[in-house]
Amino acid sequence: MNAQERILARIREALKVPAPKPGSHGHGGHGRDVAPAPVFAFQGRPVQVARSWLPPGGSTPQEHLTRFAAASAELKTDFRCVESESEAHAQLRHIADSEGWARVASHHSPLTDAATAALARPTLFTDGGYVPDELEVCEVGITTCDVLVAQTGSLVVNSRTSGGRALSVLPPHHVVLARKDQLVCDLTDAFQRVEQLHGAHWPSMISLVTGPSRTGDIERILVLGAHGPKKLTVLMW
Amino acid sequence: MSNAAQQFLEAAGTITRNLRHRGLIQTALRKYEVARDRKKSAFNDWSSARQSAAETKWDAINHLDTYLTEFTSKIEARGTKVHWCTTGPEARDTIRGIIKDAKAKCVVKSKAMTAEEIHLNEALEKDGFEVVESDLGEFIVQLRKEPPYHIVFPAMHLTRDEISDLFERELGSAPTREPEELTMIARRALRRKYIQADVGITGANFAIAETGMVSITENEGNARLTAALPRVMVTLLGIEKILPKLEDLALFLPLLATAGAGQTVTGYNTLYGGPRQPGESDGPIEWHVVLLDNRRTELLADPEQRDALHCIRCGACLNVCPIFRNVGGHTYGTTYSGPVGSVITPHLRGLQEWKHLSNASSLCGACTEACPVKIDLHHHLLQNRRNAVGDSPSWIERLAWRAHAFAVNTPALYQFGQEVARIVEPLRLRLQGTPLDPVKSWTRTRDLPPVAPESFKEWWRNRR
Repeated sequence: MNAQERILARIREALKVPAPKPGSHGHGGHGRDVAPAPVFAFQGRPVQVARSWLPPGGSTPQEHLTRFAAASAELKTDFRCVESESEAHAQLRHIADSEGWARVASHHSPLTDAATAALARPTLFTDGGYVPDELEVCEVGITTCDVLVAQTGSLVVNSRTSGGRALSVLPPHHVVLARKDQLVCDLTDAFQRVEQLHGAHWPSMISLVTGPSRTGDIERILVLGAHGPKKLTVLMW
Repeated sequence: MSNAAQQFLEAAGTITRNLRHRGLIQTALRKYEVARDRKKSAFNDWSSARQSAAETKWDAINHLDTYLTEFTSKIEARGTKVHWCTTGPEARDTIRGIIKDAKAKCVVKSKAMTAEEIHLNEALEKDGFEVVESDLGEFIVQLRKEPPYHIVFPAMHLTRDEISDLFERELGSAPTREPEELTMIARRALRRKYIQADVGITGANFAIAETGMVSITENEGNARLTAALPRVMVTLLGIEKILPKLEDLALFLPLLATAGAGQTVTGYNTLYGGPRQPGESDGPIEWHVVLLDNRRTELLADPEQRDALHCIRCGACLNVCPIFRNVGGHTYGTTYSGPVGSVITPHLRGLQEWKHLSNASSLCGACTEACPVKIDLHHHLLQNRRNAVGDSPSWIERLAWRAHAFAVNTPALYQFGQEVARIVEPLRLRLQGTPLDPVKSWTRTRDLPPVAPESFKEWWRNRR
């Protein structure tokens, strides 16, 4: 018997005696009593029900947008919803000038290719591999995302179509380019969208990013940019 | 009394008189409470969300064999090596072997309570590897050569001045009173490490059976960097971390962040399903997932307390516990402190040695109320008390209870006892506070209620 079989055998032995269902405080146990019926029956997927108890994300696209903007403001994400792609590029150039970006990092995709061309600065593309030291000195990482979440102000990047694992977290500024139709109501919708996009062939990493990097480890005082980006900008049109 | 109990009493006696410590903990936890309550109120129905989470975890733990098998086969299909380890030393040796095979020198690590549980850092450092903790709080306590104070806020017991002094001494930085500058000192110190390190070690918050992925929750981005740049990645997790479905995270991520830190969701919640896949630009070439039992199966075998394995390590029960708030995290002398630590430690490390933790509770039930997965914590503390006595009954105690039972079942004897108590009480009151007091172990810290001038029976007789 190998270690896996030994541990599984111990688990099966332990589970021979049933445990009381949750919510039966102080009662049941030892398998003597009849376990009380669960409040929410285990039929199929309890989370589909649980969704209605979570913080709401809004019910119309406009509400989603309002909710995402409010969450972004609280998280200190710089969220800009603009009219067109060219306006997004103009905003990007403005940020680049004011922060003095000398080296930009990005990956190839229709949205990012157009943006990096508009920026016209030395650009490191991470596709197909890169030298970490070269990425570390870039002032910004520009990526696409899979989906944005109104409920939480989050966005999802992955290791295959958002330029790898490090691009969105190593440079001190992370800029995300997104389309309005990528914004969904809540985390349940977001995981469904991610499954539609990648379920047949999962990337090795999928990250739900919510605001710039933060810590409260010193006297519970919020500091941005602990190890990851100090700034997170979302440009959406 | 066990050594551990003696140490607990001594440490608790010292720290509860430390006003500076008290002030720090009260301030930190007040901030936490305000944030948590605000985020809880954003839920449409917090208590139903908890019930649903409890049922999902019940399903996961009570079908653990099925889900672990599913998890393993899915994650192995993407080229991950899964190691099953029964004990702490086994897990330690497995990880040491992986690091030796990788011919690594520098290891960067993100926060993992399971690694504290098996004392991984000490073992690796003894082998001569440099292990760098990358979470800011863990980095601070590592420099102080201390275990984490709290499972979520490792450096909660330190002021900015103490941290500044520590950085000045250990890193040669200039003193500062700004938390932001202190954070940047750590950021600069660690940035090179991510790039230099050969191996990255992480913990995990959830393991998704359906898709074969682990989910790592953090705020700083240090776990993401640890999992991005080193060429070998190791993830250590307890077998109880299982969740059945990917979409369960839609419930568990907000629940964990709200209960644990007063956030809607934390900064980064990242799913890892394998090492670098074909066509990807970075990520480790090798990924090892180490599944740790370390007596979790013994807790599983106790149906009464099996739900303690539902714990998602949010720390909410620590934050609300009046005992934790007075004695602090280090007093427990355990990896997991506070109510949940007091429940599980006797199972993980021996009931008789750790039974005193069951008494480190006022049984107020604040922990049970705070738990986002509804673990019946304060009842489990009572059950541990009962089990500890049943396990090793003291003959004095048994004799005393038998005598008590005989007295209360014999009316004449009981009445006689009352008369005697009334007569000797004035004498006892005069002895109270002196070494001659026969019940001094009780009256040292508590009041002894006075004997009633007449019993209920006498009162009733006189009324008629």
